[in-house]
Amino acid sequence: MSRLIVVLSRLGQALPTLLGILVVTFLMTRALPGDPAAFFAGPAATTESIAEVRAKLGLDQPLPVQFVDYLADLLRGNLGQSLSTGQPVLSDLAQRLPASLELTLVALVLSVSIAVPLGVLAALKQDTWVDQLCRFIVTAGVSLPTFFTGLVLVYVFYYLLGIAPSPLGRIDIISLPPPRVTGFYLIDAPLAGEWQTTWSALKQLALPSITLALFTLAPLARMTRASMLQALGSDFIRTAKACGLRSSKVLFSYALRNALLPVVTTLGMVFSFSLGANVLVEKVFSWPGIGSYAIEALVASDYAAVQGFVLAMAVLFVVLNLCVDIAYTLIDPRLKIDG
Amino acid sequence: MNRRDLLKTTSGAALGAAMLPFLKSNAFAQAGDTAVVVIGNTINSLDIHRTGTNRPSYQVAVNVYDRLVSFGTRTLKDGSLSFDYSKVVPELAESWTISPDRKTITFKIKANAKFWDGSPVTAEDVKWSFDRALALGGFPRFQMGAGGFVDPGQFVVVDPKTFQVNLKQPSKLSLPNLAVPVAVVINSKAAKARATAADPWAAEFLHTNPQGSGAYKVERWDAGQQLVYVRNDDWAGGPKPAIRRVIIREVPSQSTRRALIERGDVQLSFQIPNKDAQELASNSKVKVVGSPIDNCLYVACLNYNFEPFQDPNVRKAVAFAIPYQQIFDQAAFGRGVPMWGAQSAKPSSIAWPQPFPYSTNLEQARSLLSKSKFAKGFEVPLSFDLGEADWGEPTALLIQESLGKIGIKVTLDKVPGANWRTLALVEKKFPFLLENFGGWLNTPCYYFYYSYLKENLFNASNYDDQTVRQLVNETLHMEPSDPAYAPKIRQLIEKAFEDLPRIPLWQPTLESAMAQRLTGYTFWYHRQVDARSLKI
Repeated sequence: MSRLIVVLSRLGQALPTLLGILVVTFLMTRALPGDPAAFFAGPAATTESIAEVRAKLGLDQPLPVQFVDYLADLLRGNLGQSLSTGQPVLSDLAQRLPASLELTLVALVLSVSIAVPLGVLAALKQDTWVDQLCRFIVTAGVSLPTFFTGLVLVYVFYYLLGIAPSPLGRIDIISLPPPRVTGFYLIDAPLAGEWQTTWSALKQLALPSITLALFTLAPLARMTRASMLQALGSDFIRTAKACGLRSSKVLFSYALRNALLPVVTTLGMVFSFSLGANVLVEKVFSWPGIGSYAIEALVASDYAAVQGFVLAMAVLFVVLNLCVDIAYTLIDPRLKIDG
Repeated sequence: MNRRDLLKTTSGAALGAAMLPFLKSNAFAQAGDTAVVVIGNTINSLDIHRTGTNRPSYQVAVNVYDRLVSFGTRTLKDGSLSFDYSKVVPELAESWTISPDRKTITFKIKANAKFWDGSPVTAEDVKWSFDRALALGGFPRFQMGAGGFVDPGQFVVVDPKTFQVNLKQPSKLSLPNLAVPVAVVINSKAAKARATAADPWAAEFLHTNPQGSGAYKVERWDAGQQLVYVRNDDWAGGPKPAIRRVIIREVPSQSTRRALIERGDVQLSFQIPNKDAQELASNSKVKVVGSPIDNCLYVACLNYNFEPFQDPNVRKAVAFAIPYQQIFDQAAFGRGVPMWGAQSAKPSSIAWPQPFPYSTNLEQARSLLSKSKFAKGFEVPLSFDLGEADWGEPTALLIQESLGKIGIKVTLDKVPGANWRTLALVEKKFPFLLENFGGWLNTPCYYFYYSYLKENLFNASNYDDQTVRQLVNETLHMEPSDPAYAPKIRQLIEKAFEDLPRIPLWQPTLESAMAQRLTGYTFWYHRQVDARSLKI
């Protein structure tokens, strides 16, 4: 089977899962105790005006009718209108998902580029000061809540030293976002040749991505260290060493490559987790991301927005898992993805 | 490159990046030309009449649209500015006359009043906008109704520059109600051009494209991030605003907003927690203004459906057991107006709100409770809105502790914001709760109407009293100059003292922190940023 067919069939398999997710989120949002009609009718609404709002939102219909309407809209590519932001959910997601993705990706690149060497070093120099340092950094990173790390960084680098730009989201106060192509400012701005905007976006990204990287450092570094230790202690490494292969060859071609599998798995998990769950980082840095969007929507019983968020995340997870599986086959030729 | 060079290039590039895009459109941008305001919540529509438009969005109606009239400004004792309910001033109307039977108000529209597209503001636009407020329903219609405007037939176009309102009954609330954010005047020609059969009031279009005559136009709106106002130099509604561009940035984290204002990177942090206000008050770089919110009280409501609270002795026992000063210090951080400890059970004036004749006295509370059927005490949950937890939680804890001392066992019931309205105000289910109603129109009878009549939303206590009902109905539309008015209001306040469905804790303030050089900050009853009066 060619890889393309495998990918397609994997995506096809995800459809029932997605449908299940649709049903469950639909029912769960309806089961939320809040009443969106009352919430959005305004502070001084009367019973009639609440009923009017309910009718306008279609919430006076029986649940099956609402669900069919929802599915019909979905097929037309309409995710509905968010009440709390007043925008179509699709355009909200198109705005916010790239913001979250950009932040999470930059943070993970940063995190991996520190965690993997750190883990490898710690494994090679087990129980020396390098190992202890690794342990310390990792423990500190994971035990400090992200909003705390974020606030400390803001306090030191913005408030005290004035090096970092004001924590006002993706771009500084006076600049305008680059013309939209991908939604990633770090890609769109250079594409438009706006180097100063690129620089501004990069600076705005620095503190939040460091905050997030510090938090995600721990699982990656620990996993690298553990699997590296296991790999280094295994028979094929002993054989390779006995055969007199260069130590760099042993280390990188044999040990690290074998040790990377669990690291990639962890990376996939950390990525999906931090994408939806860095609400606190988003709040501290006014980052217009998807996590805080979902939370606000939940608080306001904003059905369309919650459903849109869950759906987007579900699709993302499916794609992500597929990517991880494909990455496996690249790392370990013995593995095959089956349809 | 050494570190110094790096820093130099960094700051150079930062400055360049900061100036770049607006320099394209505005080559003479100067300091003092632009103000940055940070708010904690999000603006979700540019059209106040639309279903689902949230409170923070009302500021758009204030800054971008005009009304026929507005309120004047007065200077408070501490030197800060506040709107003046007693003074109705022209905005789009140049003058108005009230007929002798007080049932018709006729407005003359300013000859030079123009919408942004250059077309003149006409009576036709006013009528279309008011009709729209009624037709789209929800809160706009409700608020229009408060002024006695319920039927489009009441709005009459006399000639292009003369507009008339016919009232079903004369009311002192009618004229002031034309100054509220809901009563905006929209460019009806521009809007109608975008109306469709399914959307006859152009709600979809005006949601993102305001069409007004106001002091500011919306230059850009990045939903969930920022709103940028730019001055309308042809504004006829009032004195030309001093600041050319106002950027409203949404910054959800309170700590970040505080860091921004302390660093001086923004000029106004609107609506800050009392705790920050207290701490920032000693910071010489920042100016903190706390304005008492007119006609608003933070209260503890006693539900008349809950058996123990049907006993007047129990209600009074609770009123004597509440630790007012402690709550004021720890929940309000000393910022607000105390509403306890009046000397006499008879109100001395018709000022509202005014202190109630109760103060913390556990002895008296115990003796009152012992006279009731519940001498051994009882258990009651105290509910508060998690969205108001900043003051609700410490207040509830202090009440819990203090009532425990007289044998009333209080448990805390934290209710998520989305459920609060339905349970507390619509179903009126909670036996004991914290509530914070404030009336836009600043008269005592207006407050009593919404929070002391059984069928009205903010009466979370299920309080129902014939005398109060009659007094409210008699005074609601009566002119304050009527000799019967003051005695009736006094009687109402006395009933509130005696029956205690609501026990006031304090009158809240709206706190904001701003740069020392920012002046003209004015408090408005709608509790939104009015950028028109700001100066740098």
